[in-house]
Amino acid sequence: MLEITDLHVSIEEKEVLHDINLTIEDGETHVMMGPNGSGKTTLLRTIMGFGGYTVTSGRIVFNGEDVTHLPLHERAKRGMGMLYQRPPTIAGLKLGKLLDVTAKERAAQIPALAQELNMDRFLDRDVNAGFSGGEIKRSEVLQLLVQNPSFVMLDEPESGVDLENISLIGNATARLLEKDQHIVRRTKSGLIITHTGYILDYIDADYGHVLCDGVFKCHGNPREILKSVKTHGYQECIECQRM
Amino acid sequence: MPANVEELKDLSAEDRGRLELAGLDVAETERSGSFFQIDQEIRHAHSGTEGIEVLPIAEALEKYDWLKDYFWRAVPKDKDRFTQFVAKQETQQGFAIIARKGARAIYPLQACLYLAGAKVQYVHNIVIAEEGAELHLISGCVSGAQTKAGAHIGVTEFYVGKNARVTSTMIHNWSESISVYPRSASIIEEGGVFLSNYVCMQPVRHIDMYPTANLIGENAVARFSSVVVAPPGSTLDLGSRAILAAPNTSAEIVSRMITRGGTIISRGEIRGQVPRTKGHIECRGLILEDGLIHAIPEIAGLVVDTELSHEAAVGRIARDEIEYLMSRGLDEETATATIIRGFLDVKIRGLPEMLQRQIDAAIDSAEAGF
Repeated sequence: MLEITDLHVSIEEKEVLHDINLTIEDGETHVMMGPNGSGKTTLLRTIMGFGGYTVTSGRIVFNGEDVTHLPLHERAKRGMGMLYQRPPTIAGLKLGKLLDVTAKERAAQIPALAQELNMDRFLDRDVNAGFSGGEIKRSEVLQLLVQNPSFVMLDEPESGVDLENISLIGNATARLLEKDQHIVRRTKSGLIITHTGYILDYIDADYGHVLCDGVFKCHGNPREILKSVKTHGYQECIECQRM
Repeated sequence: MPANVEELKDLSAEDRGRLELAGLDVAETERSGSFFQIDQEIRHAHSGTEGIEVLPIAEALEKYDWLKDYFWRAVPKDKDRFTQFVAKQETQQGFAIIARKGARAIYPLQACLYLAGAKVQYVHNIVIAEEGAELHLISGCVSGAQTKAGAHIGVTEFYVGKNARVTSTMIHNWSESISVYPRSASIIEEGGVFLSNYVCMQPVRHIDMYPTANLIGENAVARFSSVVVAPPGSTLDLGSRAILAAPNTSAEIVSRMITRGGTIISRGEIRGQVPRTKGHIECRGLILEDGLIHAIPEIAGLVVDTELSHEAAVGRIARDEIEYLMSRGLDEETATATIIRGFLDVKIRGLPEMLQRQIDAAIDSAEAGF
């Protein structure tokens, strides 16, 4: 699905990601942890193709195609999707209208999906305007379910979400990643940033990675990494040279 | 303009298209009355609704002696050189719409003021809604596809009686070389509601207007909404004013402006003259290409217990908004157009669905230009 090789990324001529290598196979879900400012969101946004992130060397291959320099929307069209931690508010643009524009042949499913995510009341509201933390995430998941990407990047799906919403979002996210499908039939892949690991209660992740100061420090079992971080913090990872 | 044009449907296909862009129903099937004036010639005036009359203004003044008391009452004759120009004309043109007590029109009434070849088209219109009456007026002011220069001066006086409801939706479709000077004002009595909507998505040389709503009866409400685009060469000097002169009256002025190189001056004024009054001005501008958007919202409170506010913002489309939509699979152009269309989307409370659709269609018609 996704293969990142020797990737170096700069923002305003300052290198922020160094020598990133990551392979995600079809049907796999990976989790990325790391302290604030370590470059997790930068990596997601670079994969997605946002402006302001310059790939100085290395490449991103998606389903066999080098997408390193493809524009954002071309990557979306090829099956990449992203859940934002803090999406922008778009005054005047109704959520329902946005879904209509992006849905294409899936438009007929919008009402049912909106109802499932308890977002039917929000279709007439401006995108993200005055939404609470949980509402933003429900709106994001709804947009992704309508967009139906094959590779989903989730930037802290549980942040700012109250306990009532967490299971709704967790289960919907699991659906995005086809967790209801048998592992053999599962084709959708994901890369998830999490601080708390709550999302792991809903999504069985296959691999975990720790990113510190723009460098992958650790790869392994996501539960074990989470447990270690919870006990010892990231200091051990930062000091760890075992790569 | 050929003399045999009696009805809207007699116009050329191109001109009918221009009328439709201005919200006019050429077949007149979904209209409860209609008025059609070409240059200074009234081609027809009729109403299909009981209790509502649509008459040429001169005929109405002859028929109803009392009407002269409304003539130049809301708009002062000496207001400026444009009103003076209209006042000194020997024959008055324009329409009188009179909705009798309790009369209600299901469909909107439409007025088409068509500038074909005259150097100056001038009209003086009066709209009266008596107690409890309801009427919705849609006026399309249009110049012919072949009309290259001219000026339109329109005086319109609205009288909204006790608990009456009047909406006035004006869609302009002029051309690059035409100057337009609407001069309108309304007087709203107790419990009356007046909504004024203005859309101008097409080029025009110059528009200058500053309609005033005088809320003189308790619980009267006035709301102004405007959506305008200024291409290069267009100067739109637009304002709306509300005078809150009775307790519990309220007013709202909402505008959305886009410049693609032209000049927009967006004025607004609400005066709270008595206690228990409320007003809000909201103007938002988007600069797509260098031009000018000059927002001048004014609020004046004269007494304790009047609550007035305004907000104005001018800017560009944020890059992160465009990228947000691009990450959902829209190309840059579609993402930008989708955001602009959203920006212009003003849903007007209390406006019949049919008229909202007309406004939406007028806005959509310009969308391709972005």
